Amino acid sequence: MIPASFDYEVAESVEHALALLGADPDAKVLAGGHSLVPALKLRVSRPSKLVDIGRLSDLAYVRDAGSQLAIGALTRHAAVQGDPLLQEHCPIVSSTAGKVGDPQVRHRGTIGGSLAHGDPASDLPAVILALDAELVIVGAGGERTVAAADFFTGVFQTAVGPGELLTEIRIPKLGDATGWSYLKYHRRAQDWATVGVAAIVHRDNGTATSASVALTNMGGTTLRAASVEAAVAAGSSPAEAAAHAAEGAEPASDTAASAEFRAHLARVLTERALMEALA
Amino acid sequence: MHPVTLTVNGARHELELEPRDLLVHVLREQLSLTGTNIGCDTSSCGACTVLLDGQSVKSCTILGVQADGAAITTIEGLATGGELHPVQQAFHDHHALQCGYCTPGMVMAAVSLIENGEAGDRDSIRSGLEGNLCRCTGYHNIVEAIAEVAGATS
Repeated sequence: MIPASFDYEVAESVEHALALLGADPDAKVLAGGHSLVPALKLRVSRPSKLVDIGRLSDLAYVRDAGSQLAIGALTRHAAVQGDPLLQEHCPIVSSTAGKVGDPQVRHRGTIGGSLAHGDPASDLPAVILALDAELVIVGAGGERTVAAADFFTGVFQTAVGPGELLTEIRIPKLGDATGWSYLKYHRRAQDWATVGVAAIVHRDNGTATSASVALTNMGGTTLRAASVEAAVAAGSSPAEAAAHAAEGAEPASDTAASAEFRAHLARVLTERALMEALA
Repeated sequence: MHPVTLTVNGARHELELEPRDLLVHVLREQLSLTGTNIGCDTSSCGACTVLLDGQSVKSCTILGVQADGAAITTIEGLATGGELHPVQQAFHDHHALQCGYCTPGMVMAAVSLIENGEAGDRDSIRSGLEGNLCRCTGYHNIVEAIAEVAGATS
């Protein structure tokens, strides 16, 4: 498969990338290319121009930012997976990065590209949402910070507008009293998640006092399982709380699973994720 | 057309590429390095795996222009002085191939896994090969070959 023709420019800086994007509303950003290039090959994406930010090495980093960690948007999944700061302070992010695709995909794909692509079946959006992360978007008008809850707006749609660039993801450091889990079900090793569940659980003497739970592939975007969170906060057991996992979700039926099976998976995986986070 | 410089198996090539030219097509059709196979063409099967600056990548999912300035190693670049690379020799010794179509990609993925220290035991080798499909289902001997070279402990 060969993509349709497009123009190609290499961005030399963030400012240069913004100028290139601003000059062509039909241009798309190319980072690692592991969501975009397959879409180009299938010709479901036919941009006039690609602006390649893949050489902006100053956007590839993980930094300590006080109570948060800051991750540069161009940090590749393999680097996120192996980063010692993330492994120490927010291991759900490094662990989940290690579950994206396969080693070859993780050598090229980037965290910013994965999030900005807005695929409801990819793993990192649920983790970012459960963490209440912040996303830094720059554009011609300057920089703005968007909460993860406001970032994913639809299927393959995010708060990153035309002419804008996602540059940084800010996540909280998790303390010792916080457990976590990301579980997904898929039929074959490298498949997209049929359903995934990210759980962040605050513990006190082995009991959950509160939880943040986000679901992968249970609707057009990743979404919070608000009924589960309310049940945990009210003192329900993981099994009781997980029974609410599919409430309000409108999962699709497709070749991987029916909507009913997805709802079942959400309940089962939520219970397991809560248990794992409490362990 | 865009000027692109690739160093492939140690040889420098100055090419003029269309932005949409995929790295695997550049290797096979412009440089006549047909050892790298195209299998699924959808980033799933790993038959097209090469090393880009030492890391395993799927060359069907990288534009040639993205690789400008990079060092690429293909299956043709592993053997030196008529001697097979240790991973190639181990694949031979363990009969780690049946039809052979996945083999170039399997070998390149294995080289990357071993060099990254990610082949310490058979479970790690199996999960490290999740981006490479063998439709003969000959995984057992592939894992054994890699385990021997990596000195896997279990």
